[in-house]
Amino acid sequence: MESVFGLVGADFALVVADSSAVHSILVHKSNEDKIMVLDSHKLLGASGESGDRAQFTEYIQKNVALYQFRNGIPLTTAAAANFTRGELATALRKNPYSVNILMAGYDKETGPSLYYIDYIASLHKVEKGAFGYGSYFSLAMMDRHYRKDMTVEEAVELVDKCIIEIRSRLVVAPPNFVIKIVDKDGAREYAWRESIKDTSVPTA
Amino acid sequence: MSIFEYNGSALVAMVGKNCFAIASDRRLGVQLQTVATDFQRIFKIHDKLFVGLSGLATDAQTLYQRLVFRHKLYQLREERDMKPETFASLVSAILYEKRFGPYFCQPVIAGLGDEDKPFICTMDSIGAKELAKDFVVAGTASESLYGACESMFKPDMEPEELFETISQALLSSVDRDCLSGWGGHVYVV
Repeated sequence: MESVFGLVGADFALVVADSSAVHSILVHKSNEDKIMVLDSHKLLGASGESGDRAQFTEYIQKNVALYQFRNGIPLTTAAAANFTRGELATALRKNPYSVNILMAGYDKETGPSLYYIDYIASLHKVEKGAFGYGSYFSLAMMDRHYRKDMTVEEAVELVDKCIIEIRSRLVVAPPNFVIKIVDKDGAREYAWRESIKDTSVPTA
Repeated sequence: MSIFEYNGSALVAMVGKNCFAIASDRRLGVQLQTVATDFQRIFKIHDKLFVGLSGLATDAQTLYQRLVFRHKLYQLREERDMKPETFASLVSAILYEKRFGPYFCQPVIAGLGDEDKPFICTMDSIGAKELAKDFVVAGTASESLYGACESMFKPDMEPEELFETISQALLSSVDRDCLSGWGGHVYVV
């Protein structure tokens, strides 16, 4: 089961996701990137059905880009989150997507924000959020140690605590995690936490 | 678990002397897990009309967006705000449109009508209106709420006393329901 969690710091937001691509008992790869960089200042961490996840997040990414092309200014995080919720809600009673989403963003006017969007399109702005079986451990760790206005170092320390809990307490614990950060300088990959390295395949 | 109990909610509205109060809990959960403790279930339609939506959070949000849209359209056409009785009929109609694929919400509507006469009503998920003169309840804690309200309610309460009564009724009821709680939002108009 896929773990995604995230939190908001003083002037940044972090999203962490596991990186296993799994089908039943087989692990296809352990360096799958499940956190999409939506645009310069937004991250979209998604968990759920792998096909739906890839398709839906790409669809959102392209629509966010289209808005910027058409209107000349980028969407705010709140607007992008509401758009995503709208798409999930419209599809819910026809052809539902099984994707849970944590959308993190940084807006100049309002600072960092994190939005929790369920697979049935429940939207809520949160300071910390998590999906999957890992959420039982990561949310509990964050409830205990999270404070408002944490620095990046403190937040990554907390993220590492959560990853240790997931690794040690979840029976099908994912071995590798990716951490991405978004702040005033943009959205980017921060670090990987790997305990199994995939051997790289030489490209043809 | 029933789909109405997926997110957990508690809503109550009471009538006072030329005023009304509407209150909700603040928990947003996913079955047994609590996701947030500051979730908004009561929305303002206009200064004298509030609607609370219990049940599935996603449908509450979708329904709220549709209701605001319809009310804004009404305001543009009629150049005035909707009366609570009219709004209740609108909500009922919108819910019944989806009779065979309903929104999993139970709305609670509270407003001040002509001459500031308080109006409250609730309905089930397919729009069956239940008008009441004293109080209405909805949500996972509704059975506890019925009991608490029945014993604590008095007619013609002033706003301060109404606030105290509705708060105590809400808090004591949600304390007996694991799916709702984490505080309350109370609006007194």
